Amino acid sequence: MDITYYLYLSAVLFTIGAVGVLVRRNAIVVFMCVELMLNAVNLSLVTFARMNSNLDGQVIAFFVMVVAAAEVVIGLAIIMSIFRSRRSASVDDANLLKY
Amino acid sequence: MTSTTTAAVQYAHATGVFKLTFLLILLPAIGAAVLLLGGKRTNAWGHLLGCAMPIGSFVIAVIEFFALIGRDGGENRQLDQHLFSWVPVAGFHVDANVLLDPLSICFVLLITGVGSLIHIYSIGYMEHDPDRRRFFGQLNLFVAAMLLLVLADNYLVLYVGWEGVGLASYLLIGFWHHKPSAAVAAKKAFLVNRVGDLGLSFAVMLMFTTFGTVAFDGVFNGASSGHARTGTMTAIGLLLLLGACGKSAQAPLQSWLLDAMEGPTPVSALIHAATMVTAGVYLVARSGAIYDVAPHARLLVEIVGGVTLVMGAIIGCAYDDIKKVLAASTMSQIGYMMLAVGFGPGAYAIGILHLLTHGFFKANMFLGAGSVMHGNNDEVNMRRYGGLRHVMPVTFMTFAFGYLAIIGMIPFSGFFSKDKIIEVALDHGGASGWIFGIVAIAGAGMTAFYMTRLMLMTFFGNKRWPRDVHPHESPKVMLVPMAILAAGSLVLGYLLILGGSLQHFLTPSVGPSLEVGAHTISPVVLSIITLAVVAGGVGAAWWIIGRKPVAAEQAPNVRPYAHATRRSLTGDAVNEAVFMRPGQYLTRALVYFDNRGVDGIVNGFAAGVGGTSARIRRVQTGFVRSYALSMLGGALAIGTTVVLLRVGS
Repeated sequence: MDITYYLYLSAVLFTIGAVGVLVRRNAIVVFMCVELMLNAVNLSLVTFARMNSNLDGQVIAFFVMVVAAAEVVIGLAIIMSIFRSRRSASVDDANLLKY
Repeated sequence: MTSTTTAAVQYAHATGVFKLTFLLILLPAIGAAVLLLGGKRTNAWGHLLGCAMPIGSFVIAVIEFFALIGRDGGENRQLDQHLFSWVPVAGFHVDANVLLDPLSICFVLLITGVGSLIHIYSIGYMEHDPDRRRFFGQLNLFVAAMLLLVLADNYLVLYVGWEGVGLASYLLIGFWHHKPSAAVAAKKAFLVNRVGDLGLSFAVMLMFTTFGTVAFDGVFNGASSGHARTGTMTAIGLLLLLGACGKSAQAPLQSWLLDAMEGPTPVSALIHAATMVTAGVYLVARSGAIYDVAPHARLLVEIVGGVTLVMGAIIGCAYDDIKKVLAASTMSQIGYMMLAVGFGPGAYAIGILHLLTHGFFKANMFLGAGSVMHGNNDEVNMRRYGGLRHVMPVTFMTFAFGYLAIIGMIPFSGFFSKDKIIEVALDHGGASGWIFGIVAIAGAGMTAFYMTRLMLMTFFGNKRWPRDVHPHESPKVMLVPMAILAAGSLVLGYLLILGGSLQHFLTPSVGPSLEVGAHTISPVVLSIITLAVVAGGVGAAWWIIGRKPVAAEQAPNVRPYAHATRRSLTGDAVNEAVFMRPGQYLTRALVYFDNRGVDGIVNGFAAGVGGTSARIRRVQTGFVRSYALSMLGGALAIGTTVVLLRVGS
């Protein structure tokens, strides 16, 4: 099986994630799409590591997972507190920080 | 023409009693410092200190005068005392020296002598003024500055004194600064004087670039050596003349003197009659060596003198304000002096002679006018006087002495000095000699007219006092100085001309008197002609004013020339139209340019930046998804660029 398919898959996942971030309003869904993008990048990182026969990509993928885990903690906490105060999980409703 | 132009100027070092010369300046300066800085603590005895200082200077001056006479003539009578190095820069060295010579001792005696009398007079005149201490302080300041002016041995120190008297004049004209007219008059005097001072300062700079020094001896020796171009010397002469015109209220800078009468009357007597306004004559006489090599500048001095002589006399005929008539008369008399010093070697002493006699009789008359005002609730309008000779007999007598002196009645002092000027003018020869001679004789006639008018309106005729005014004679402290000055008005001219004494005395400073082979008109005939013209002026005044009662109000509808004369020959209107209005337009244009041009660029740029950022900040909508889109767009743009660059290379 050609290894480039992994990259195609990664690109497709990333695109789905990006489009999801742009078009969806629900903060949870947007959040999941961000995770999707991160994991698409992880996939391409390990693919490149495989292609170049060194471990750098895999190590970076671990770092990304760690950061993503931390980000989930912070992000979910923010979404929770916004939902509690505004009774809404829509990202368009939280638009006070502007000009 | 004379030998002075070739003989090198050399000053001897001061020794013995002449080492006290600096005290002349220091005493009044100390008085001014104590009175102006001492505040209310000095109120009780301030006027006494203010009088003691100029009297002290006068005593020293008299001692030095006799010591000076005791020395042999020539350089021995020109004594330079080194005080300290003022500007010790390589290539530009100025010493603070005092030069005591016959010319300066004449001025010192006039300033301290007449000044002391006027100080004493002021004790009475300013008795009820709450600011009498400040008055004496500023009067002392003036005396110190004026003495510095005449005792300087170089033009830079002279300039310091020149500015000092200008400052004192400004302060004293505006002494009653709560009166808007006095404040404006002070400002006007200061500004007009600035124009003249500019001329003097440029002259000093030009001297330095031409001769490399500003000391009298260096400049005069350089001028008479003939190395400098005539054009340069003419320029220096004209610039000095501009300075003299400003300080001496000569045309075209005469306009400030009439307004300066807003100051207290002793100030008018001391500063604006006897001493400061004659500083211009001193400057020209002192700079004789420069004018000797600049005949064109010299001619202009004569013209300025002749024009102002007539102008002042005409203006003097029209005013009803007693002080302004005297001020116009001062202009006219200084015109005589300018005319005399304009005639050059031999005539300087004549100009100084008239200056000294004028200093006495004009100070006398100003003090008399002050006494009249003092007794009439400070009224200055002569149409409110009349018949005062009965209630103020002493003032009338002393004033009459001054009057007879100024119209040149024999044997009063003005007769000797004014006749001499007319004589010198006619002996000058050529068309200019005749023109100036006739102008001077006509001026004598006009002087007789306006002074007789003043006498008739003030001391004779019907009583026109307002109901609530009760004229009374002034206290003795005022009358005694007036009497002394009146005595001077009587005898001074004869004493100074006796055997040519003043001319011989002044020879070391201004050159010997001119030896005239034949007079154009013999002096006796000339005196008779002049006296006849004077008698005509007196008669005309009696015919026009003395025969019938004087109206208590000025006639409103008069012919245009009389109207112009009441406006001091439209001098102020001309100044306003030629200098003030264009200046005003220029400043307005500059302000407009500043507001719209300079400020416009700066403010416009700021407004542009502000407006742009106000629009750009609208991008921050607060919608997270639009930010995400921008991020994606940016990332794509960067990625695309990187890829394209890779492909390109």
